[in-house]
Amino acid sequence: MGLENIIAEALPEVLTTRLDSLINWARKSSLWPATFGLACCAIEMMNATSSRNDLARFGSEVFRASPRQADVMIVSGRVSRKMAPVLRRIYDQMPEPKWVISMGACATSGGVFDNYAIVQGVDKIVPVDVYIPGCPPRPEMLIHAVMMLQDKVMKESSRDRRDVPEAEARTAIGPGTLPVTDGSTVRQQSTESRPYSIASRHERRRSS
Amino acid sequence: MSTGANNENIVPEPVTTSAQEPTPSQVVTALQREHNEWIGEVVTAHGEVTVTVPREHIADLCHALKSGAGAQFNFLADLCGVDRGVEEEPRFEVNYHLFSTTRHHRLRLKVLVNENDAHVPTVTGVWRTANWHERETFDLLGIIFDGHPDLRRILLPDDWQGHALRKDFPLRGYEPYSLK
Repeated sequence: MGLENIIAEALPEVLTTRLDSLINWARKSSLWPATFGLACCAIEMMNATSSRNDLARFGSEVFRASPRQADVMIVSGRVSRKMAPVLRRIYDQMPEPKWVISMGACATSGGVFDNYAIVQGVDKIVPVDVYIPGCPPRPEMLIHAVMMLQDKVMKESSRDRRDVPEAEARTAIGPGTLPVTDGSTVRQQSTESRPYSIASRHERRRSS
Repeated sequence: MSTGANNENIVPEPVTTSAQEPTPSQVVTALQREHNEWIGEVVTAHGEVTVTVPREHIADLCHALKSGAGAQFNFLADLCGVDRGVEEEPRFEVNYHLFSTTRHHRLRLKVLVNENDAHVPTVTGVWRTANWHERETFDLLGIIFDGHPDLRRILLPDDWQGHALRKDFPLRGYEPYSLK
Protein backbone atom coordinates (compact mmCIF):
# COMPACT_ATOMS: atom_id res chain seq x y z
CA MET A 1 0.00 0.00 0.00
CA GLY A 2 1.50 3.25 -1.11
CA LEU A 3 1.49 6.66 0.45
CA GLU A 4 -1.47 7.81 -1.61
CA ASN A 5 -3.63 5.06 -0.14
CA ILE A 6 -2.77 6.12 3.39
CA ILE A 7 -3.66 9.71 2.56
CA ALA A 8 -6.85 8.66 0.82
CA GLU A 9 -7.99 6.76 3.87
CA ALA A 10 -7.14 9.55 6.28
CA LEU A 11 -8.73 12.39 4.34
CA PRO A 12 -12.20 12.99 2.97
CA GLU A 13 -12.78 12.72 -0.74
CA VAL A 14 -13.32 16.44 -1.28
CA LEU A 15 -11.12 19.10 0.24
CA THR A 16 -11.75 22.83 0.16
CA THR A 17 -8.93 25.35 0.04
CA ARG A 18 -8.09 28.75 -1.38
CA LEU A 19 -7.04 28.70 -5.01
CA ASP A 20 -4.02 30.80 -4.15
CA SER A 21 -2.85 28.24 -1.65
CA LEU A 22 -2.98 25.50 -4.25
CA ILE A 23 -1.27 27.57 -6.95
CA ASN A 24 1.38 28.87 -4.61
CA TRP A 25 2.04 25.41 -3.27
CA ALA A 26 2.57 24.18 -6.80
CA ARG A 27 4.80 27.13 -7.64
CA LYS A 28 7.00 26.94 -4.58
CA SER A 29 7.50 23.21 -4.98
CA SER A 30 9.31 23.56 -8.29
CA LEU A 31 11.26 26.81 -8.41
CA TRP A 32 13.45 26.34 -11.47
CA PRO A 33 16.43 28.68 -11.55
CA ALA A 34 17.92 30.07 -14.73
CA THR A 35 21.40 28.84 -15.56
CA PHE A 36 23.05 32.14 -14.95
CA GLY A 37 26.34 32.57 -13.14
CA LEU A 38 28.33 35.77 -12.98
CA ALA A 39 31.32 35.21 -10.72
CA CYS A 40 32.71 33.14 -7.88
CA CYS A 41 29.28 32.90 -6.18
CA ALA A 42 28.26 30.78 -9.16
CA ILE A 43 30.71 28.12 -7.99
CA GLU A 44 28.86 27.93 -4.68
CA MET A 45 25.57 27.93 -6.56
CA MET A 46 26.73 24.91 -8.56
CA ASN A 47 27.87 23.27 -5.36
CA ALA A 48 24.41 23.78 -3.87
CA THR A 49 23.06 21.40 -6.48
CA SER A 50 25.73 18.80 -5.85
CA SER A 51 25.16 15.58 -3.99
CA ARG A 52 26.55 16.93 -0.73
CA ASN A 53 24.08 19.82 -0.44
CA ASP A 54 21.39 18.67 -2.87
CA LEU A 55 19.16 21.63 -3.62
CA ALA A 56 16.86 19.09 -5.29
CA ARG A 57 15.40 18.30 -1.88
CA PHE A 58 13.58 21.63 -2.13
CA GLY A 59 12.48 21.33 -5.72
CA SER A 60 14.88 23.86 -7.11
CA GLU A 61 17.56 21.84 -8.83
CA VAL A 62 16.51 22.06 -12.47
CA PHE A 63 18.70 24.85 -13.79
CA ARG A 64 17.18 25.78 -17.15
CA ALA A 65 19.36 26.97 -19.97
CA SER A 66 16.52 29.08 -21.36
CA PRO A 67 15.06 31.95 -19.35
CA ARG A 68 11.69 31.10 -20.90
CA GLN A 69 11.59 27.99 -18.73
CA ALA A 70 12.95 29.51 -15.53
CA ASP A 71 11.18 30.83 -12.44
CA VAL A 72 14.06 32.16 -10.38
CA MET A 73 17.07 34.17 -11.39
CA ILE A 74 19.93 33.69 -8.96
CA VAL A 75 22.23 36.67 -9.49
CA SER A 76 25.44 35.02 -8.36
CA GLY A 77 28.25 37.53 -8.43
CA ARG A 78 29.11 41.12 -9.23
CA VAL A 79 27.17 42.75 -12.05
CA SER A 80 29.28 44.89 -14.28
CA ARG A 81 27.73 47.85 -16.03
CA LYS A 82 28.25 46.15 -19.33
CA MET A 83 26.42 43.07 -18.04
CA ALA A 84 23.53 45.05 -16.55
CA PRO A 85 21.44 45.41 -19.75
CA VAL A 86 22.05 41.74 -20.53
CA LEU A 87 20.87 40.75 -17.07
CA ARG A 88 17.78 42.89 -17.43
CA ARG A 89 17.04 41.32 -20.79
CA ILE A 90 17.28 37.82 -19.36
CA TYR A 91 14.94 38.92 -16.58
CA ASP A 92 12.49 40.35 -19.11
CA GLN A 93 12.58 37.11 -21.07
CA MET A 94 11.51 35.08 -18.05
CA PRO A 95 7.74 34.60 -17.99
CA GLU A 96 5.70 35.35 -14.91
CA PRO A 97 5.77 34.26 -12.18
CA LYS A 98 9.42 35.05 -11.62
CA TRP A 99 11.58 35.83 -8.65
CA VAL A 100 15.11 37.06 -8.10
CA ILE A 101 17.65 36.01 -5.49
CA SER A 102 20.59 38.36 -5.01
CA MET A 103 23.41 36.06 -3.99
CA GLY A 104 26.42 37.43 -2.17
CA ALA A 105 27.76 40.81 -1.15
CA CYS A 106 28.58 41.99 -4.67
CA ALA A 107 25.18 41.34 -6.20
CA THR A 108 23.52 42.88 -3.15
CA SER A 109 25.56 46.06 -2.76
CA GLY A 110 28.56 46.00 -5.05
CA GLY A 111 30.65 44.49 -2.28
CA VAL A 112 34.30 45.43 -2.38
CA PHE A 113 33.95 46.70 -5.93
CA ASP A 114 33.00 50.27 -5.13
CA ASN A 115 33.98 51.60 -8.53
CA TYR A 116 32.70 52.78 -11.88
CA ALA A 117 32.62 49.34 -13.50
CA ILE A 118 30.31 47.51 -11.09
CA VAL A 119 26.62 48.12 -10.47
CA GLN A 120 26.19 48.92 -6.78
CA GLY A 121 23.50 46.35 -6.12
CA VAL A 122 21.48 44.37 -8.63
CA ASP A 123 18.26 45.84 -7.18
CA LYS A 124 19.01 48.86 -9.36
CA ILE A 125 18.39 46.62 -12.38
CA VAL A 126 15.75 44.08 -11.35
CA PRO A 127 13.45 43.72 -8.32
CA VAL A 128 15.02 41.42 -5.74
CA ASP A 129 13.05 39.08 -3.49
CA VAL A 130 15.74 37.61 -1.26
CA TYR A 131 19.18 38.94 -0.46
CA ILE A 132 21.97 36.64 0.71
CA PRO A 133 25.01 38.07 2.50
CA GLY A 134 28.42 36.47 2.32
CA CYS A 135 31.49 36.45 0.15
CA PRO A 136 30.68 33.95 -1.18
CA PRO A 137 27.68 32.58 0.72
CA ARG A 138 27.85 28.92 1.61
CA PRO A 139 25.54 26.55 -0.28
CA GLU A 140 23.50 26.19 2.90
CA MET A 141 22.80 29.92 2.78
CA LEU A 142 21.57 29.65 -0.79
CA ILE A 143 19.32 26.76 0.21
CA HIS A 144 18.03 28.87 3.08
CA ALA A 145 17.33 31.68 0.65
CA VAL A 146 15.36 29.31 -1.57
CA MET A 147 13.35 28.22 1.45
CA MET A 148 12.71 31.85 2.39
CA LEU A 149 11.57 32.47 -1.14
CA GLN A 150 9.22 29.52 -0.85
CA ASP A 151 7.73 31.09 2.26
CA LYS A 152 7.28 34.30 0.35
CA VAL A 153 5.66 32.55 -2.60
CA MET A 154 3.12 31.00 -0.25
CA LYS A 155 2.00 34.48 0.84
CA GLU A 156 1.42 35.80 -2.66
CA SER A 157 -1.80 36.18 -4.56
CA SER A 158 -1.91 34.95 -8.13
CA ARG A 159 -3.75 38.14 -9.09
CA ASP A 160 -0.55 40.06 -8.46
CA ARG A 161 1.26 38.28 -11.20
CA ARG A 162 0.50 38.71 -14.85
CA ASP A 163 2.47 38.15 -17.98
CA VAL A 164 3.34 41.27 -19.91
CA PRO A 165 5.11 41.67 -23.23
CA GLU A 166 8.81 42.32 -22.96
CA ALA A 167 8.58 45.73 -24.59
CA GLU A 168 5.95 46.82 -22.13
CA ALA A 169 7.95 45.48 -19.23
CA ARG A 170 10.81 47.75 -20.22
CA THR A 171 8.64 50.86 -20.07
CA ALA A 172 7.27 50.01 -16.65
CA ILE A 173 7.89 52.35 -13.77
CA GLY A 174 11.02 50.49 -12.91
CA PRO A 175 12.53 47.72 -10.89
CA GLY A 176 10.73 47.23 -7.64
CA THR A 177 7.29 47.44 -9.19
CA LEU A 178 5.66 44.86 -11.37
CA PRO A 179 4.56 46.12 -14.76
CA VAL A 180 0.85 45.74 -15.51
CA THR A 181 -0.96 45.32 -18.78
CA ASP A 182 -2.75 48.65 -18.88
CA GLY A 183 -0.29 51.50 -18.91
CA SER A 184 -2.72 53.98 -17.41
CA THR A 185 -2.96 52.12 -14.15
CA VAL A 186 0.73 51.63 -13.63
CA ARG A 187 1.03 54.24 -10.93
CA GLN A 188 -2.11 53.22 -9.14
CA GLN A 189 -1.22 49.55 -9.20
CA SER A 190 2.28 50.15 -8.01
CA THR A 191 1.16 52.07 -4.93
CA GLU A 192 -1.79 49.95 -3.96
CA SER A 193 -0.88 46.33 -4.51
CA ARG A 194 2.78 45.75 -4.83
CA PRO A 195 3.61 42.07 -4.80
CA TYR A 196 7.09 42.88 -3.67
CA SER A 197 5.89 44.62 -0.55
CA ILE A 198 5.01 41.30 1.02
CA ALA A 199 7.29 41.09 3.98
CA SER A 200 9.30 37.94 4.18
CA ARG A 201 9.90 36.19 7.47
CA HIS A 202 13.30 37.77 7.53
CA GLU A 203 11.97 41.28 7.04
CA ARG A 204 9.27 40.88 9.66
CA ARG A 205 11.78 39.76 12.22
CA ARG A 206 13.95 42.76 11.52
CA SER A 207 11.14 45.28 11.85
CA SER A 208 9.76 43.92 15.10
CA MET B 1 63.38 3.99 -26.79
CA SER B 2 60.34 3.23 -28.87
CA THR B 3 57.82 4.75 -26.47
CA GLY B 4 57.29 8.30 -25.27
CA ALA B 5 57.34 11.59 -27.09
CA ASN B 6 59.45 12.10 -30.13
CA ASN B 7 61.76 14.93 -29.19
CA GLU B 8 63.78 15.05 -32.35
CA ASN B 9 61.92 18.03 -33.78
CA ILE B 10 62.36 20.32 -30.79
CA VAL B 11 64.69 23.12 -31.70
CA PRO B 12 67.10 24.05 -28.93
CA GLU B 13 66.89 27.58 -27.56
CA PRO B 14 68.95 29.94 -29.68
CA VAL B 15 72.15 31.16 -28.12
CA THR B 16 71.72 34.91 -27.85
CA THR B 17 75.38 35.60 -27.20
CA SER B 18 76.35 34.40 -30.65
CA ALA B 19 78.66 36.79 -32.45
CA GLN B 20 76.68 37.08 -35.68
CA GLU B 21 73.34 37.79 -33.95
CA PRO B 22 73.02 41.37 -32.70
CA THR B 23 71.61 42.18 -29.27
CA PRO B 24 68.66 44.62 -29.03
CA SER B 25 70.95 47.55 -28.24
CA GLN B 26 73.07 46.71 -31.28
CA VAL B 27 69.94 46.57 -33.39
CA VAL B 28 68.94 50.00 -32.15
CA THR B 29 72.41 51.39 -32.77
CA ALA B 30 72.40 50.07 -36.31
CA LEU B 31 68.99 51.60 -36.96
CA GLN B 32 70.16 54.88 -35.47
CA ARG B 33 73.04 54.94 -37.93
CA GLU B 34 70.64 54.36 -40.79
CA HIS B 35 67.66 56.53 -39.72
CA ASN B 36 68.78 58.89 -37.02
CA GLU B 37 65.42 60.66 -36.89
CA TRP B 38 63.60 57.43 -35.91
CA ILE B 39 65.39 57.00 -32.60
CA GLY B 40 65.07 59.39 -29.70
CA GLU B 41 66.40 58.65 -26.25
CA VAL B 42 67.79 55.17 -25.59
CA VAL B 43 67.81 53.88 -22.01
CA THR B 44 69.37 50.61 -20.96
CA ALA B 45 68.48 49.51 -17.44
CA HIS B 46 68.28 46.09 -15.76
CA GLY B 47 69.23 44.47 -19.04
CA GLU B 48 66.25 46.02 -20.83
CA VAL B 49 66.45 48.47 -23.68
CA THR B 50 63.86 51.24 -23.91
CA VAL B 51 63.71 53.53 -26.91
CA THR B 52 61.73 56.76 -27.09
CA VAL B 53 60.39 57.18 -30.60
CA PRO B 54 58.93 60.26 -32.30
CA ARG B 55 55.35 59.30 -33.01
CA GLU B 56 55.42 59.99 -36.74
CA HIS B 57 58.10 57.32 -37.19
CA ILE B 58 56.66 54.61 -34.96
CA ALA B 59 55.07 52.61 -37.76
CA ASP B 60 58.19 52.74 -39.94
CA LEU B 61 60.41 51.76 -37.03
CA CYS B 62 58.15 48.86 -36.06
CA HIS B 63 58.13 47.63 -39.63
CA ALA B 64 61.93 47.73 -39.72
CA LEU B 65 62.18 46.00 -36.36
CA LYS B 66 59.83 43.23 -37.43
CA SER B 67 61.14 42.48 -40.89
CA GLY B 68 64.74 43.62 -40.52
CA ALA B 69 67.26 40.82 -40.80
CA GLY B 70 69.01 41.59 -37.53
CA ALA B 71 66.02 42.28 -35.29
CA GLN B 72 63.21 39.87 -36.19
CA PHE B 73 60.83 41.22 -33.54
CA ASN B 74 57.98 39.16 -34.90
CA PHE B 75 55.83 39.27 -31.75
CA LEU B 76 54.13 42.28 -30.19
CA ALA B 77 53.95 41.09 -26.59
CA ASP B 78 52.01 44.09 -25.34
CA LEU B 79 50.83 47.52 -26.31
CA CYS B 80 49.54 49.72 -23.54
CA GLY B 81 49.00 53.33 -22.64
CA VAL B 82 50.09 55.25 -19.57
CA ASP B 83 48.61 58.38 -18.03
CA ARG B 84 51.56 60.01 -16.32
CA GLY B 85 49.40 62.55 -14.52
CA VAL B 86 47.12 65.46 -15.32
CA GLU B 87 49.83 68.08 -14.89
CA GLU B 88 52.55 66.15 -16.74
CA GLU B 89 53.60 67.33 -20.17
CA PRO B 90 53.43 65.30 -22.31
CA ARG B 91 50.70 63.57 -20.40
CA PHE B 92 50.37 60.20 -22.12
CA GLU B 93 52.75 57.59 -23.34
CA VAL B 94 52.18 54.46 -25.41
CA ASN B 95 54.46 51.51 -24.73
CA TYR B 96 55.23 48.77 -27.21
CA HIS B 97 56.75 45.60 -25.80
CA LEU B 98 58.45 43.66 -28.57
CA PHE B 99 59.69 40.10 -28.47
CA SER B 100 61.49 37.91 -30.97
CA THR B 101 60.48 34.27 -30.92
CA THR B 102 63.54 33.32 -32.98
CA ARG B 103 66.17 35.36 -31.16
CA HIS B 104 64.54 35.40 -27.73
CA HIS B 105 65.27 39.04 -27.07
CA ARG B 106 63.07 41.93 -26.09
CA LEU B 107 62.76 45.64 -26.79
CA ARG B 108 60.52 48.37 -25.44
CA LEU B 109 59.41 51.34 -27.51
CA LYS B 110 57.86 54.44 -26.02
CA VAL B 111 55.87 57.18 -27.74
CA LEU B 112 55.03 60.36 -25.82
CA VAL B 113 51.73 62.07 -26.62
CA ASN B 114 50.26 65.39 -25.58
CA GLU B 115 46.75 65.53 -24.18
CA ASN B 116 45.44 68.08 -26.66
CA ASP B 117 46.80 66.11 -29.61
CA ALA B 118 46.49 62.47 -28.51
CA HIS B 119 47.06 60.87 -31.88
CA VAL B 120 49.44 58.00 -32.66
CA PRO B 121 49.83 56.16 -35.98
CA THR B 122 48.56 52.60 -35.83
CA VAL B 123 50.86 49.59 -36.02
CA THR B 124 48.08 47.17 -37.01
CA GLY B 125 49.74 47.00 -40.41
CA VAL B 126 52.83 45.53 -38.78
CA TRP B 127 51.36 43.21 -36.17
CA ARG B 128 47.70 42.31 -36.51
CA THR B 129 47.47 41.70 -32.77
CA ALA B 130 47.86 45.44 -32.25
CA ASN B 131 44.24 45.83 -33.31
CA TRP B 132 42.66 44.94 -29.96
CA HIS B 133 45.50 46.40 -27.92
CA GLU B 134 45.05 49.76 -29.58
CA ARG B 135 41.30 49.57 -29.09
CA GLU B 136 41.86 48.97 -25.38
CA THR B 137 44.26 51.90 -25.14
CA PHE B 138 41.75 54.09 -26.95
CA ASP B 139 38.92 52.86 -24.75
CA LEU B 140 40.59 53.43 -21.41
CA LEU B 141 42.82 56.42 -22.11
CA GLY B 142 41.36 58.14 -25.14
CA ILE B 143 44.46 57.93 -27.30
CA ILE B 144 43.43 57.88 -30.95
CA PHE B 145 45.31 55.58 -33.28
CA ASP B 146 45.28 57.07 -36.77
CA GLY B 147 44.67 54.55 -39.52
CA HIS B 148 43.22 51.91 -37.22
CA PRO B 149 40.70 49.80 -39.17
CA ASP B 150 38.11 49.52 -36.37
CA LEU B 151 38.71 51.93 -33.50
CA ARG B 152 35.76 51.16 -31.21
CA ARG B 153 35.47 50.65 -27.48
CA ILE B 154 36.37 47.14 -26.47
CA LEU B 155 36.01 46.86 -22.66
CA LEU B 156 33.63 49.58 -21.52
CA PRO B 157 30.01 49.79 -22.72
CA ASP B 158 29.48 51.46 -26.08
CA ASP B 159 27.58 54.39 -24.58
CA TRP B 160 30.27 55.16 -22.01
CA GLN B 161 31.22 58.77 -21.40
CA GLY B 162 34.89 59.48 -20.81
CA HIS B 163 37.92 57.25 -20.49
CA ALA B 164 38.13 55.27 -17.30
CA LEU B 165 41.87 54.91 -16.77
CA ARG B 166 42.63 58.61 -16.99
CA LYS B 167 43.91 59.93 -13.71
CA ASP B 168 41.18 62.58 -13.51
CA PHE B 169 38.36 60.05 -13.98
CA PRO B 170 36.55 59.55 -10.64
CA LEU B 171 36.85 56.05 -9.26
CA ARG B 172 33.11 55.68 -8.77
CA GLY B 173 32.25 57.20 -12.13
CA TYR B 174 30.27 60.34 -12.67
CA GLU B 175 26.86 59.05 -11.60
CA PRO B 176 25.55 55.84 -10.01
CA TYR B 177 24.21 53.37 -12.52
CA SER B 178 20.57 52.45 -12.45
CA LEU B 179 17.93 51.37 -14.94
CA LYS B 180 15.31 53.28 -12.96
